[in-house]
Amino acid sequence: MRADGGAVLEVRDLVKHYPLTRGVLVRRQVGAVRAVDGVSFDLRRGETLGVVGESGCGKSTLARLLVNLERPTAGRILYKGEDITRLSGRALKAVRRNIQMVFQDPYTSLNPRMTVGDIIGEPFDIHPEAAPKGDRRRRVRELLEVVGLSPEHVNRYPHQFSGGQRQRIGIARGLALRPEIIVADEPVSALDVSVQAQVVNLLERLQDEFELSYVFIAHDLSVVRHISDRVAVMYLGRLVEAGTDAQIYDHPTHPYTQALLSAVPVPDPSVRTRRDRILLVGDVPSPANPPSGCRFRTRCWKARRRCAEVVPPLEVPEAFRESGGPAAHVSACHYAGERRVVPAGDVGDARDVRGAGDAGDVGD
Amino acid sequence: MSDALLEVRDLHVEFRTRDGVAKAVNGVSCSVDAGETLAVLGESGSGKSVTAQAVMGILDSPPGRVTGGQVLFRGQDLLTMGAEHRRRLRGDRLAMIFQDALSALNPVLTVGAQLAEMYEVHQGMTRRDARARAITLMDRVRIPAAKDRVGDYPHQFSGGMRQRIMIAMALALEPDLIIADEPTTALDVTVQAQVMDLLAELRREYDMGLVLITHDLGVVADVADRIAVMYAGRVVENAPVRDLYAAPAHPYTQGLLESVPRLDRKGKELHAIKGLPPSLVNIPPGCPFHPRCPRARDVCRTDRPPLFPVAPGRSSACHFWKETLDASRS
Repeated sequence: MRADGGAVLEVRDLVKHYPLTRGVLVRRQVGAVRAVDGVSFDLRRGETLGVVGESGCGKSTLARLLVNLERPTAGRILYKGEDITRLSGRALKAVRRNIQMVFQDPYTSLNPRMTVGDIIGEPFDIHPEAAPKGDRRRRVRELLEVVGLSPEHVNRYPHQFSGGQRQRIGIARGLALRPEIIVADEPVSALDVSVQAQVVNLLERLQDEFELSYVFIAHDLSVVRHISDRVAVMYLGRLVEAGTDAQIYDHPTHPYTQALLSAVPVPDPSVRTRRDRILLVGDVPSPANPPSGCRFRTRCWKARRRCAEVVPPLEVPEAFRESGGPAAHVSACHYAGERRVVPAGDVGDARDVRGAGDAGDVGD
Repeated sequence: MSDALLEVRDLHVEFRTRDGVAKAVNGVSCSVDAGETLAVLGESGSGKSVTAQAVMGILDSPPGRVTGGQVLFRGQDLLTMGAEHRRRLRGDRLAMIFQDALSALNPVLTVGAQLAEMYEVHQGMTRRDARARAITLMDRVRIPAAKDRVGDYPHQFSGGMRQRIMIAMALALEPDLIIADEPTTALDVTVQAQVMDLLAELRREYDMGLVLITHDLGVVADVADRIAVMYAGRVVENAPVRDLYAAPAHPYTQGLLESVPRLDRKGKELHAIKGLPPSLVNIPPGCPFHPRCPRARDVCRTDRPPLFPVAPGRSSACHFWKETLDASRS
């Protein structure tokens, strides 16, 4: 909705394998954990792309790849048309200025021995061209104000702040260099609901103010819907479905997305009995030894022989290609079919919002 | 109220800390009937887990200390009964499920041995019989190939499976009441659904009372009959689940419900509750929520509101519960 077209980040067939080795003197590779295994998407200017998935699906590895904390095994990440995975030295440093990260745990991502002022000002030491030396103190105080903390707190240490306040400090640090893209890995999952709402609102306000593009990675599907323009669902290192928030939440076509959505508890006791619940059996397979074909087939109620033999591509399923409508979005399933699993809440209210969302998304 | 399975009356718990005395629980009263599911909802530091620990008698003390109140289990006060008597009730009549199964289970004993121990200690069974019962129990909580896995250690199970073993252990002696402290918080949502489903089903089958301690408004809406909302060591609202979600009678509850993003619709801005929960060392006078409350007036800063009856089975600790309720109904 806020997005105005052009892609700032193009991710193509991104792969990250971590080798598994055996032996002490002669180490030989016996396999690999396929944390990210062929992920492609575009991040458009000014939009929020939500990435959801359960633990072990590779979403945090994806975040680290995007900000160049890890080098991919294969694939490309194009920032304004330039492949940043092969950059080094000065060129890499310049790119990093524009792609910043906010981490999950506000307790371990801030150095306990540094004052808040030093933490937020540290990016300026690394990128001195971003702010002249005499100006840094002022910039830091300004940043504190922007994220809703008192500039007087500049000399305090992280332990003097609550979890929500620490996350604001992490956000201020991410903003210091005026990046274009912020990759946020579970930025609110460590926070209580009342504080979580404050931080989510802050992220949305900052996005408008600084024209940021977000990659918002989280396991909480409700938060992701709230903040995202588009949503991508990940399972065992691959994207299984992607689309606008209304397409994914109200018209999911991939069985995994349907199961995931149907399992989320909704804070409304009146829908308890009339919900379509899909209970998956078993656990997520190991990413070191993923199933052949479709990776979800071992837990899928629709699985047939073809699912074990052919990897389903991430594209608009044939069934919906002609008809169009909100179900026509990319979904990596041979037998994709629409199934409504999110119950309509307070009917009147919800309809209004959804109608507006659909109208805006048709051209997508 | 006399036929309640568990009744907590005016419970107080304090912790000695470096910064002073932290008043973690300040007069909590609530009750659970047989076969009922009570959700105790609160954010971190609200005193919900400490209340559970005080009820079970597993409070870390020192530094923790129960400084007042009663915990009546079938009319008997657990706090004044002898330690041996209380120990026999624990596990047998009331049991607990913890959040983190990996740290709650003994890592150097097989799960079979830990389950069998329940029968050996409480019922004097032989080792062989107890082991057979352990396998039945693992089957009961749907652990695949229970017979082969009874000799495995906790780390060999996935998070969801470990939580099932904890449930099995709590169920072993068919207690009357289970207290579950954030039983699914560490789990992924698809696994959480499996575990909550199992817990609810077994609760029905054994007709047990269940106290579910959680911070998740969604989980509460899914399984609970009644809910007690805690803030700064007190119950601020107590109501049947449907009534509370339909129209909260306390501004804190109202704020919580409005600050949760919804799966089923895309709102605009979230209604955040301003400010932070108070420090337990320095709880504000009067109503502890008044510094964050949009309805606060002078009386809220000076007078502590008791739990006012709102309707049968429903109460709210707000001086202005009536206008809060009217506002949330409109």
